[in-house]
Amino acid sequence: MADARLDAIARGCRVQIIRMLTHAGSGHPGGSLSVIDLLVAIAFGRLRHDPRRPDWPERDRIVLSKGHAVPALYCVMAKAGYFSEDALITLRKLGSPLQGHPDRVALAGIEAATGSLGQGLSVSLGLALGAKLAGLPSRVYCILGDGEIQEGQVWEAAMSAPKLGRPDHPVDNLTVVVDYNKIQLDDFVTKVLDLEPVVSKWQAFGWPVIEIDGHDMAQIGKALDQAEATKGTPTLVVAHTVKGKGVSFMENNPEWHGKAPRPAEAVAAIREILGVTEAAWDGYLETDKAAAAIVSELRALDKT
Amino acid sequence: MPAKASRVAFGEALIELGAKDERIVTLDADLSKSTMTAGFAKTFPGRAFNLGIAESNMIGIAAGLALTGRVPFACSFACFLVGRFETIRISVAYTNANVKIVGTHVGVAIGEDGYSQMGLEDIACIRALPNVPIVQPADEVETKQVVAYAVEHQGPLYLRLTRQNLESVCPPDYQFRPGRWCLLRPGTDITLIASGGTVFNALEAARRLEVEGISAEVINAASIKPLDEEMLGRSAAKTGRVVTVEDHSIAGGLGGAVAEWLSEERPTPLKRIGTTAFGESGDPRSLYAKFGFDPAGIARTVAKFLAR
Repeated sequence: MADARLDAIARGCRVQIIRMLTHAGSGHPGGSLSVIDLLVAIAFGRLRHDPRRPDWPERDRIVLSKGHAVPALYCVMAKAGYFSEDALITLRKLGSPLQGHPDRVALAGIEAATGSLGQGLSVSLGLALGAKLAGLPSRVYCILGDGEIQEGQVWEAAMSAPKLGRPDHPVDNLTVVVDYNKIQLDDFVTKVLDLEPVVSKWQAFGWPVIEIDGHDMAQIGKALDQAEATKGTPTLVVAHTVKGKGVSFMENNPEWHGKAPRPAEAVAAIREILGVTEAAWDGYLETDKAAAAIVSELRALDKT
Repeated sequence: MPAKASRVAFGEALIELGAKDERIVTLDADLSKSTMTAGFAKTFPGRAFNLGIAESNMIGIAAGLALTGRVPFACSFACFLVGRFETIRISVAYTNANVKIVGTHVGVAIGEDGYSQMGLEDIACIRALPNVPIVQPADEVETKQVVAYAVEHQGPLYLRLTRQNLESVCPPDYQFRPGRWCLLRPGTDITLIASGGTVFNALEAARRLEVEGISAEVINAASIKPLDEEMLGRSAAKTGRVVTVEDHSIAGGLGGAVAEWLSEERPTPLKRIGTTAFGESGDPRSLYAKFGFDPAGIARTVAKFLAR
């Protein structure tokens, strides 16, 4: 798929992320907006899957280890056809399969329960090894948060990965992406517990590492290609991203790690994501009925 | 049948089952010579994964393997496994991954290595998780049947195994059934419910009590979760007094589970035999005497309880 088309899908997903979090009244916009380009590039650029058969054994798998960014994954799944986009606004509501963090049992298409940080890489190693043992062509994509790699289990997994399954079943069917948005819940990562030097740490653990701009579809695509072509070992992609990407008042602001926008803020955010000036906004909404419907739905929330 | 540790019977059963079922794989954290999966690793080298001293990663990898169709046995000392409770909680239980978690070296019976290596809180931890049955076999025959059952059971399961040899206790025609206990000796004055390494001692205690004119019913509770509520209720109604005997903390273990059920469903006087303090180094026999898990200790506690 052309990069411009992927950008357009990502833009639509950003709107849905803002929409669903505002309906929920809680959740994590910053990390959802930083990871969405990566998820879109994987899911619409290359993932072998079938939304009608989420249990297809040969499917590729995405493990969103930074589970708090699951709104981004839900948007991608809805866009791909796993469920209706209307269901997105049930996020975090009682009885919804769209749990606040991924629940594999509740929602078909979720590969592992995550959100308790640090566990997804180990599960991904098992998925990749299991696919190899079963002779399946599946590829596994694991997405880690930057703050998440402060967890010790990540480094247990990192240490085990390059040799796992060798010689007959190396887990070179695994691509791991770090969404390096430089901010965690409490503050900037450098202030809480600095990760640097990230690249040489993973290299020292035996991983080939590719460093990219995680919002540039061309760079993401190239890195994912390179990872897929690498034999004998899994590959790590360090994706430099901007927390809250696409919404000026959320970008690079730790305040927006785990806080939902109010309806008025959400409308302003959506306008920015769609690249429309304030002056042109009312006129734009007359031409984009889908956006207009979301905006009026959000404005109605203010009155309830 | 000579006495055999349940970890040894487990290792033998895995090789037998592994030959018939290639889905079975083992994962270890540098203790395969102790958990007795080393034999499986030697027989099926491509299906045994030693992850080094990194239990969390081992448990997570097991979950991923389960989700791609393997039947993984993730093995270590019980205390080290539940030390990684959060990984068991999310990657295995909540994910509903078909992982068989195997905790060995349970109880003060491991002896000289002391408390840091003793699984004494593992049942309490795992029992709090929805969706994870807990099974503790009491001899070789039962262990082999339980391991076969673990392979067939779809979903997570916790298997609790001993380091020490276990005397044969199950009747010749024994067949393990999930959620069911086995009445080993009928009695009328008191119900003794034991599991794993304490079952033989409970039977011995019952023989001693008989001499004192006390008729003790002895039950082997291999299934700790779920309880065999039917047998528990029937026996408690018959004898009117229940004693649980386990090499585990009295908080949250078999005794805890029985206490919860009885107090809600059929209030019955209860005495729990188990640990209330940290374990310590010593020879296993002396430790069992000290903690009151030997036949004399169990008989003494029962007699005192009945005299109350």
